[in-house]
Amino acid sequence: MDLKATHELHQRRLSRNVGVALTLVFFVAVVFGLTVVKVTSGEAVQGFDHTVRPELLPVETN
Amino acid sequence: MADVTASVPHDYEPTFGDYVALMKPRVMSLVVFTALVGLLVAPVSLHAVEAFAAILFIAIGAGASGALNMWYDADIDAVMRRTAKRPVPSGRVDAGEALAIGVGLSGISVVMLALATNLLAGFLLAFTIFFYAVIYTMWLKRSTPQNIVIGGAAGAFPPLIGWVAATGSVSIEAVLMFAVIFMWTPPHFWALALFMRSDYDDAGVPMLTVTHGRKTTRNHILAYTVLLAPVPVWLALTSVGGPVTLIVAVALNAWFLWGAYKIWRRDEVMAEADNFQVEKAFFRFSLYYLFAHFGALLVDYALKAGGVI
Repeated sequence: MDLKATHELHQRRLSRNVGVALTLVFFVAVVFGLTVVKVTSGEAVQGFDHTVRPELLPVETN
Repeated sequence: MADVTASVPHDYEPTFGDYVALMKPRVMSLVVFTALVGLLVAPVSLHAVEAFAAILFIAIGAGASGALNMWYDADIDAVMRRTAKRPVPSGRVDAGEALAIGVGLSGISVVMLALATNLLAGFLLAFTIFFYAVIYTMWLKRSTPQNIVIGGAAGAFPPLIGWVAATGSVSIEAVLMFAVIFMWTPPHFWALALFMRSDYDDAGVPMLTVTHGRKTTRNHILAYTVLLAPVPVWLALTSVGGPVTLIVAVALNAWFLWGAYKIWRRDEVMAEADNFQVEKAFFRFSLYYLFAHFGALLVDYALKAGGVI
């Protein structure tokens, strides 16, 4: 059998591999998007990063 | 489970579409729609990305439970005409692979929903998957004619999970949205069982039509429709409802009750004479019924958001 010939099986395998790859890329994009939203809409996290750094907290006006 | 007849060659490799079919995309579309309504009508609004992620992972959780259902039910699916072409009974996807996909996606969807929204939503999704895959598929479906009644709870959870994803708590509106689908499921499936009887007979699934007879099934359809009718009306009178929801609830439930009454009045001779026309019409109407109720909630939500009401 000619090893270079593209069997119908290879097409099915390709469709599956491309599908899984796109799904994984999409999943990474969703996790990245969620991370950006969570970090930007959260509290002032840097001010409490391992040690409290009051200079990074928002200044209270009164 | 695994020893089902494969109608495709042994060396068949599944396509991506076979994996998608494993997740019951038609059921998923209903899950996405009802969960979206639950999430949108909630009094707390999520960031668009969080809302999208919540719906996505609820849908994946539903798909995962569908894959687990197909893994376990491959033996009876192979016997029933309606389900024989599913990926596992037709041999396109290996039963072990279906199990792995089901378990893997269950874990991912639950953890991601909890991270994207809150722990209670993640817990409810985990419970829903467990309820559908273990309580319904593995236990009740093959052991009691009330399988549809209790199994219906699994399909009723998505709007409640959508609501909890947004608010972080359960309230009367969420419970009523759950109750609408929960009470709607038995008449919907029993109408199907009335005109698809040979399928369930062949598979040995203890449907009410098989165990208690068709007259009892007709009685049950009427009883559950009577119990269902006030629930959407009550939902329309809560904070998520409005004039459109109320009109739809009153009109469709009157129609549904009339259909259930006609089914109850008929016997097998009449049904077979017109090839189950009334039962088929009732079943078709039941599909629109659910979409219309949740669509009406969405319309009222849009009217409120637009300041019209």
